[in-house]
Amino acid sequence: MNNPHLELSRVGISFPTPKGPFCALKDVDLKVAKGEFVSLIGHSGCGKSTVLNIVAGLYQASSGGVVLNGREVNEPGPERAVVFQNHSLLPWLSAYQNVELAVKRVFGRSKSRREMREWIEHNLELVQMSHAMHKKPDEISGGMKQRVGIARALAMEPQVLLMDEPFGALDALTRAHLQDSLMEIQAELGNTVIMITHDVDEAVLLSDRIVMMTNGPAATIGEILEVDLPRPRDRLALADNADYNHYRSAVLRFLYEKQRKIEPIGARRDNQTKAGESRHHVA
Amino acid sequence: MNPAIAIRQKWQHTHFGKAQWQALAKALLIPAIGLALFLGVWHLGAQQVDTSLGQFPGPVQVKEQWQNLLGEHRAENQREAAFYQRQDERNAKKLAKNPAADISQREFNRRPTFFDQIITSLITVMTGFVLATLIAIPMGICIGLSNTVYRALNPIIQIFKPVSPLAWLPLVTMVVSAVYVTDDPMLAKSFITSVVTVTLCCLWPTMINTAVGVASINQDLKNVSRVLRLGWFTHVKTIVLPSAIPMMFTGLRLSLGIAWMVLIAAEMLAQNPGLGKFVWDEFQNGSSDSLGRICVAVLMIGFIGFLLDRALLFIQSWVNWDKSAIVR
Repeated sequence: MNNPHLELSRVGISFPTPKGPFCALKDVDLKVAKGEFVSLIGHSGCGKSTVLNIVAGLYQASSGGVVLNGREVNEPGPERAVVFQNHSLLPWLSAYQNVELAVKRVFGRSKSRREMREWIEHNLELVQMSHAMHKKPDEISGGMKQRVGIARALAMEPQVLLMDEPFGALDALTRAHLQDSLMEIQAELGNTVIMITHDVDEAVLLSDRIVMMTNGPAATIGEILEVDLPRPRDRLALADNADYNHYRSAVLRFLYEKQRKIEPIGARRDNQTKAGESRHHVA
Repeated sequence: MNPAIAIRQKWQHTHFGKAQWQALAKALLIPAIGLALFLGVWHLGAQQVDTSLGQFPGPVQVKEQWQNLLGEHRAENQREAAFYQRQDERNAKKLAKNPAADISQREFNRRPTFFDQIITSLITVMTGFVLATLIAIPMGICIGLSNTVYRALNPIIQIFKPVSPLAWLPLVTMVVSAVYVTDDPMLAKSFITSVVTVTLCCLWPTMINTAVGVASINQDLKNVSRVLRLGWFTHVKTIVLPSAIPMMFTGLRLSLGIAWMVLIAAEMLAQNPGLGKFVWDEFQNGSSDSLGRICVAVLMIGFIGFLLDRALLFIQSWVNWDKSAIVR
């Protein structure tokens, strides 16, 4: 990778607290090639979302920086579309209008009205939402909302697609279904994707590389695992695949041996409330 | 489906069962009992109170005064119709004699009846309320969007919010007299004074609630706006306003309630020919009917206030994107 598409170099961030600055991330170095699918995995509170938010431009790194296509990232923009964990659709707009809002913003000048309509419909079709595109978010299921959220992000034709635990709030069957859809879409469009997950199977199934993060404070990248499985990948076939299980156990070993959170039962409650307090900073 | 079964099922649906009767009793009977008890207590209580204007009016006297007021209104309408008829006949005669005759069309000098005064009050309160809304919503949005603006304006809002209309009124009266000087006033000074007082008093709930609604927009939606790099105007139109609408309407309903309450006081003192003036005039008049007529006004004020609130509720359910929201 001589000329990386996206580069994070020595990214760190600290938040001011009443007890002095809290260092959430330190020295995060990562290079992502065009079309690559990278997962960030780690225990909750380790700063995965913070990394994503810095790449998105929603947070400003305190040290280091992010470079996309040779240009530094310092504010949010549609070329780094975000799929939020809880879909973040505007509840007063239909699925179509939600995508339209993004399309108008990005292609308002370059596409004609008809082209925009076709593009919106095409993207909704890509996530198999054509049948319910005029429904409001309240009228569709959680999985469908997340599909619309993905369609909205894809419709911006982003250079990098950032996904913050996109399937975290869904049931296992819906999640599997959406993972398959995402793999198909990514095979077709060749998007560069950074996805946060806490699901080991999801990470191995979808990723080209898995970035494993150490526990905070001052979290950073612990290990990077290359997942060299042929695509297209099939979850049923992979279940008995020795390589797949090898990758899977490597991630598990990192999470539960090397970065094991030592939490005696009694202390767990304390930790949980602390994690809750600082969630808006770190999680 | 077998038509006989269909008919039977329909019959079962429309037939009043025990549950339906109970529902009807809950919806109508119990409020009716409450109303009857109130009327009874009023009737008995009124007999115990003797004022310098005679016995305090009970429901029966108030109903009589209501009919009197209706009668006066009808009589005035007839007087007006008769006046115009006479005038038209006179003019027609003149024209018959001389087609080039100079015809005068004079306005009937109508004595405002109770119902005319209700209309005046409604026009005054709506003018004040609309004016307040036009100021309060944009201000509320600015306050909600910017912490700096909030910090700058909050002390002022907190100080002016609890000021009674009676305190504003002398100031407003003097300022209106000083500023609004024309030979041919389109609007009466009393009207303007009342409107401005209503506006000053009912600005605050809408402003504060709009600000709170705007400030509490979901962070994720704000992030969507940032990722899309929406411009300020689009951001406000597509994200801020829709999410603030429920709070905004809470404020508007509070404001309209206050506006209607304040209006009566303002009209009394400013002598704007509305319900407030009606009450004041009856009080000054001091006839044996006065208290009964004031009671009619009191009930009418309450009833109109209720209708205004319902109207706003109706607009809210119509404007609000969240049709499943329970509005009450």
